[in-house]
Amino acid sequence: MIDKSIIQRWRARVGQRDVLAQIAVAVALFLAVYWLIDNVVSNLERQNVASGFGFFNERAGFGINQTLINYSEDSSYGRVLMVGLLNTLLVSVIGIALASLLGFFIGIGRLSQNWLINRLALVYIEIFRNVPLLLQIMFWYFGVLRNLPSPRNSFTAGDVVFFNNRGLILPAIEAGPGAIWYGLALLAGIAAVFWFKRRAKQARFVAGEILPVWRPVALVLVVALMMAFLLAGVPFSLEIPVLRGFNFRGGISVIPEFVALVLALSLYTASFIAEIVRAGIQSVDKGQREAAAALGLSNTQALNLVLVPQALRVIIPPLTSQYLNLTKNSSLAVAIAYPDIVSVFAGTTLTQVGQAVEIILVTMLIYLSLSLLTSFIMNWYNARVALAGGSHG
Amino acid sequence: MKMLSYKFRVFVVVICACVFSQGAVAAETLSIVKKRGHMQCGVSQGLPGFSNPDDKGNWVGMDVDICRAVAAAVFGDDTKVKFTPLSAKERFTALQSGEVDMLARNTTWSMHRDTALGVDFTGVNYYDGQGFMVRKELGITNSLELDGASLCTNLGTTTELNAADYFRTNNMEYEIVAFEKADEAVAAYNTGRCDAYTTDQSALYAQRLKLTEPGAHIVLPQIISKEPLGPVVRQGDNQWGDIVRWSHFAMVNAEELGVTSKNVDTMKTNKNPAIRRLLGVDGTFGTNMGISNDWAYNIIRTVGNYAETFERNVGKSTPLGIARGVNALWTQGGLQYAPPVR
Ligand SMILES: N[C@@H](CCC(=O)N[C@@H](CS)C(=O)NCC(=O)O)C(=O)O
Repeated sequence: MIDKSIIQRWRARVGQRDVLAQIAVAVALFLAVYWLIDNVVSNLERQNVASGFGFFNERAGFGINQTLINYSEDSSYGRVLMVGLLNTLLVSVIGIALASLLGFFIGIGRLSQNWLINRLALVYIEIFRNVPLLLQIMFWYFGVLRNLPSPRNSFTAGDVVFFNNRGLILPAIEAGPGAIWYGLALLAGIAAVFWFKRRAKQARFVAGEILPVWRPVALVLVVALMMAFLLAGVPFSLEIPVLRGFNFRGGISVIPEFVALVLALSLYTASFIAEIVRAGIQSVDKGQREAAAALGLSNTQALNLVLVPQALRVIIPPLTSQYLNLTKNSSLAVAIAYPDIVSVFAGTTLTQVGQAVEIILVTMLIYLSLSLLTSFIMNWYNARVALAGGSHG
Repeated sequence: MKMLSYKFRVFVVVICACVFSQGAVAAETLSIVKKRGHMQCGVSQGLPGFSNPDDKGNWVGMDVDICRAVAAAVFGDDTKVKFTPLSAKERFTALQSGEVDMLARNTTWSMHRDTALGVDFTGVNYYDGQGFMVRKELGITNSLELDGASLCTNLGTTTELNAADYFRTNNMEYEIVAFEKADEAVAAYNTGRCDAYTTDQSALYAQRLKLTEPGAHIVLPQIISKEPLGPVVRQGDNQWGDIVRWSHFAMVNAEELGVTSKNVDTMKTNKNPAIRRLLGVDGTFGTNMGISNDWAYNIIRTVGNYAETFERNVGKSTPLGIARGVNALWTQGGLQYAPPVR
C-alpha cells in the first residue's frame, strides 16, 4: 500500500523533477564553460600571450592577390577576415553551382538506357569519389599550371582574353551612366520570365493547354535591349589587358589557384551528388514512370514533371550535407595558396598576431554559421518542395 | 584533410594546455625534459642546411645542431632529442602549447614576436636577410627591376610583410602567392607560376637545390631586410632559456678559443683559464643552470664548435656553398659574438 502511494507521488513529480534536473545541468554547463574560459584567459595572461580582439583594428601590412572588396596593406586584420570570407564564399558558391549541375547530369546519365553514357557516368563517379580531394587539388593545380605558357607566350582569344600561368586574364567592362537602361532591359527580361511562367501554369491547370514561355521572353528581352540601345547607344567600354613587364596590367585576372580549387571541389563533389540524384530518382515508384508514359508524356517531360519533383524530396537532405562538405573542404585552399579565410586569417593573421585561441575560435564560428545558414536555406527549400508535392499528391 | 586534422590537433593542444595547465610556465621545462628522457625540438619541414632529413632519415642542419647541443648539455647525449617538423604557420602555437620545448626553425627574431607571443629568443645562430631568386633568362640583376612581378613565398613568415614593405616603398607593383608549405611554394615557382621566389637568402640557396634545373636560377645580391635567425623558448622559464642561450654561446666561444670536437679532450688539460671554465674544469657554470658542469664539453665533443656546424651544414664544401660573411666571428670582422664564460 505504502509502496504504491510513493510510486504514485513519484510519478506525479516526474514533470517537476525533469525541470529541476534540466536546470541543474544547465547551471553545471554554464559553470564549466565559465571556468574553461576564465582559465584560458588567465593562463594566456600568465604566459604573456596577448589576448582579446583588439588586433582586429590593427594594420595588416601584407598583400593578398585576390580581393573582392577594396584591400591594401594598410587595411586592418578585420578587413583581412572579410576578404578571406568572401573568397571562401566565392569558391563555395561557384563550386556548389557547378557540382550540382554536373552531378545532376551524371546522376541521370547513370540511369540512362544508353550503355556508353551509363558506363562513362559510372567510371566518372568511381574515379572522382575515390581519389583523396587534396590530391585532386594538387593535380589540377600543378598538372594544369605546368602546361600553361608564360605571360609572354599566352594563349589568347582575339588578343582580348589571355590564358597563361598567371591565370585567366579577361578584359574589364567599364559601364558609363547610360548602362542603367541596359540594367532596366534585363529587369524587364526577368519580369517577363515570371509573368509568362505564371500565365503558362494557369493555362495548363485551367485549360490543359501548353503555352510557350521562352520564346515570348526572348522577344521581350530583345525589344527591351533594342530600346536601351536607341536611348543610350553603347555606354560600355572594354579595358583590354596589355602585357607590360612581367605580366598583364588592366583587365580582370582569375588566378590559377581559384580555377584549380573550383575545378577540384566541383568535380569531386559532383561524383557524390550524382549518386544522390541516381538514388533519388530510383526511389520514385516505377508505376509513376509508367503512368507518365501512359499519359503520353515524353521521356523528358516525365523526368521534369513527374520524376524529379518527387525525387527532390529524397535528394535534398543528403544534398545539403554535400554542400556543407564542399564549403568546409574549400579550406584545403591553403595548400595551393588560394587566399581563403583559413589562409589569410587562420594562417597569415594567426602567425602575425600570434593569438591562436581567438583566431581559431572566430574561424570555427564562421564555418559553423556558414553551415547553419546553408542548412537553413536547404531545409526551407525542402519544406517547400515537400509541401508542393503533398498538395498535388 | 591532413592539414585540417593537424590544425585541429594544435587547437586541441592549445585549448587543453590553456585550460588545464595551472601556469605551467615557471621553471619547469628542464625537469619535464629530464623526466621525459628526451628533448622535443621544433624544426622546419625540410630546409637543406638548417633542418632536413638526410637519406637515412636522420635530421641534419645548423638548427638541428642547436637542438642536439641542448640535448648534449642536458643529458650528456646529443641523440636524446626528437624533432617535430612544423610549418612556419604552426611553429609558435606548437611552442606556446608545450608540444615542443624549443624552436630551432630558421625563425626571425622580431620585436613583435619577442614581446607579444609569449616567447623569448635566446640568440642568433645565423644572421640572414631576405632576398630574391629569379630565372637567369629574365636577365635581371637587381631586385628593383621586379616591378609587377609575382612572388612565391611561405605563409605566416616575416617574408610576406617585408615584400609588401619593399615593393610599396619603391612604388612597385607585385602579386604575392603565399603557400603553407615551402615545398609547394618551390614547386609553384618551378612551374613558372611566379617570377621570383622570395625568402631568407640562405634558404634561397637551399631551396634552389630542389629545382629541376638549379643552374638556371640566380639569387639576386640585394638584401631587403634583417633576418636574425635564432632559437626560441617559452617566455617565463628563465632557467630553460639560459640553457638554450648558453648552448649556442658555448659553440661560439669554443670556436674563438680554438676548441673543436677533435681536440676537446686534450683541451681539458689546457692551461688557458677561459678554456678550463668553458669545459667545466674550473667553476660551477653548469650546475648554476641546473645541469652538469661538463655541459659545454659534451656539446663540443658531440656537435662541435660553431665553425664546425657552419662548415658541415651550409659552408663552402656543402651544396649550399655559403661563405661565413657576417656570420664570421667578431674577431674576423663578422657578427658572431658570445659573452664570456666567467
Ligand atoms: N625567417 C622567416 C622565414 C622562415 C620560413 O618559414 N621560411 C620558409 C621558406 S624557406 C621555410 O623555412 N620553409 C621550410 C618549411 O616550410 O618547413 C620567418 O621567421 O618568418
